[in-house]
Amino acid sequence: MAKRIDISGLTAYYGSHKAIEDISMTVEPRSVTAFIGPSGCGKSTFLRTLNRMHEVTPGGRVEGKVMLDDENLYASGVDPVSVRRTVGMVFQRPNPFPTMSIFENVAAGLKLNGSYKKSELSDIVEKSLKGANLWNEVKDRLNKPGAGLSGGQQQRLCIARAIAVAPDVLLMDEPCSALDPISTLAIEDLIGELKERFTIVIVTHNMQQAARVSDRTAFFNLAGVGQPGKLIEIDETERIFSNPSVQATEDYISGRFG
Amino acid sequence: MSDTTIDTTTRASTLQQARLPRWAPLGLAAAAVAAGVGIGTAAGMGNPFQMGLIAALLFVVLSYGVTAAVEGGRQAKNQMATSLVWLCFLIAVVPLLSLIWETINRGKTVLDGYFLSHSMDGVQTILPGGGAYHAILGTLEQVGIATLIAAPIGLLTAIYLVEYGRGRLAKTVTFFVDVMTGIPSIVAGLFILSFWIIILGFGYSGFAGAMALAILMMPIVVRSTEEMLKLVPDELREASLALGVPKWRTILKVVLPTSIGGITTGVMLAVARIAGESAPIVLLVFGSQAINPSPFEGAQSSLPYYIYEQWQLGNEASFDRAWAAALVLIAFVMILNLVARGIARWKAPKTGR
Repeated sequence: MAKRIDISGLTAYYGSHKAIEDISMTVEPRSVTAFIGPSGCGKSTFLRTLNRMHEVTPGGRVEGKVMLDDENLYASGVDPVSVRRTVGMVFQRPNPFPTMSIFENVAAGLKLNGSYKKSELSDIVEKSLKGANLWNEVKDRLNKPGAGLSGGQQQRLCIARAIAVAPDVLLMDEPCSALDPISTLAIEDLIGELKERFTIVIVTHNMQQAARVSDRTAFFNLAGVGQPGKLIEIDETERIFSNPSVQATEDYISGRFG
Repeated sequence: MSDTTIDTTTRASTLQQARLPRWAPLGLAAAAVAAGVGIGTAAGMGNPFQMGLIAALLFVVLSYGVTAAVEGGRQAKNQMATSLVWLCFLIAVVPLLSLIWETINRGKTVLDGYFLSHSMDGVQTILPGGGAYHAILGTLEQVGIATLIAAPIGLLTAIYLVEYGRGRLAKTVTFFVDVMTGIPSIVAGLFILSFWIIILGFGYSGFAGAMALAILMMPIVVRSTEEMLKLVPDELREASLALGVPKWRTILKVVLPTSIGGITTGVMLAVARIAGESAPIVLLVFGSQAINPSPFEGAQSSLPYYIYEQWQLGNEASFDRAWAAALVLIAFVMILNLVARGIARWKAPKTGR
């Protein structure tokens, strides 16, 4: 069940360093929202605040509100573990568990949480692998190690692993930056299918990719080295890439900056 | 030929140059050994070590000189470095091989089923016969108990340091683990002696010795486990946390299985290290000639102690027994190492397709 995310006044720190400042935006359900911007502007940090992974980093802390429908993720008494079951994440580099087989990797979220029925497990694994467009490639070797797949297959395995726990939101942190164009295409097609069921947020450095896959695009920038990153604007992807309302966005998209 | 002009008539190509044949280093080594033996014999030195030294020195000088003459200065330096590395390798391996050779040679004379299954109870020490069963049993029990104490504590300490430890407490723990690594075994023995036997009033026992061995083993387990846990990429921890898996389950189901091979190797090496300790055994287990199967009551023996004891007796039969026990001890440590390697290979993260 896809959910809407309402962020207001969000500021995140690493120790005393302010990484992002006062970000407010709305992420629509059943749509793809892309984050673009130069390196170091805090896109990934912001993404990680949306499922409380930011605080896993030593010294990481967050101020502000993140409303998932009508629940504040940062309200006192909210368990970060249950937040992460609702808001899944796919990382930049494919990171399947090296000790587990393909099947165990997909089942990992359910198994490690202890919340599954044995009879359902293989159904869920098959459904998730089909959902990640990987089933046909691996159905004959589900018991082989997950680390033996190619990079693109590993990344789709990680997506299957993330959707197996049935989250409401899927966060993707540059999921294609370590992949070749064909694997990238496979993942982009997959994102197009997944948005029917999930709310998807994707960080990308590839502007064509943002233009291809996303419905809305947010542009982040920072004033200078050591300054916190800020949200410059968020709008329909078409408008951002054709007629943005802020000059900095147009400069970045067309390659005129610095 | 000066450095600034290139003489194209004598140098057809700048990439090709004269090279020594591939067997040259071997040939030079053979020549050096022959020359070393020759010089040594001529000078009337009967000592093979002196001849070896001369040969080694000649080998390094020769390989530098010959390569410099044929291939040039840079290759000569490379060749000399290679020769020195080989030499150091040989110097390191010779004592090891000769130790194993000597132990097998002398130890095999009395090592048989009888030796492995009988104690020294009622055996006259100047006569052949008797065995090391009581010592083997003692070593197995003491090392086993020490491992049961030290491995879990060391493992949990390492998990705390890597996964949870921040700030002052973690730094303090690390500092004391470092200090513990340097504790001499006799001091660990004295500590247990004063605490367990003198203050608390328990008697000599294998268990007292095992506690001292555990003190020696713990820091080694902590250190090696810590290194292994640090090798697990953070990405795996994050992947698991992002699936909504609690931290303790992430450690138990993702971090530990990924590093279990290395951890096992570390624990086995620590076991091998304490299996050869004799000082705490002398102080705490007291030594015995008879089989005492209980590690909690009464004196026991152990292999290192048995070797020391038999050597002290100073007659031919007891020397033989000491060597045989030494062989058993080396074999024990070697088998442990092999088992550790087997487990490490078996449990290593798989990448096969």
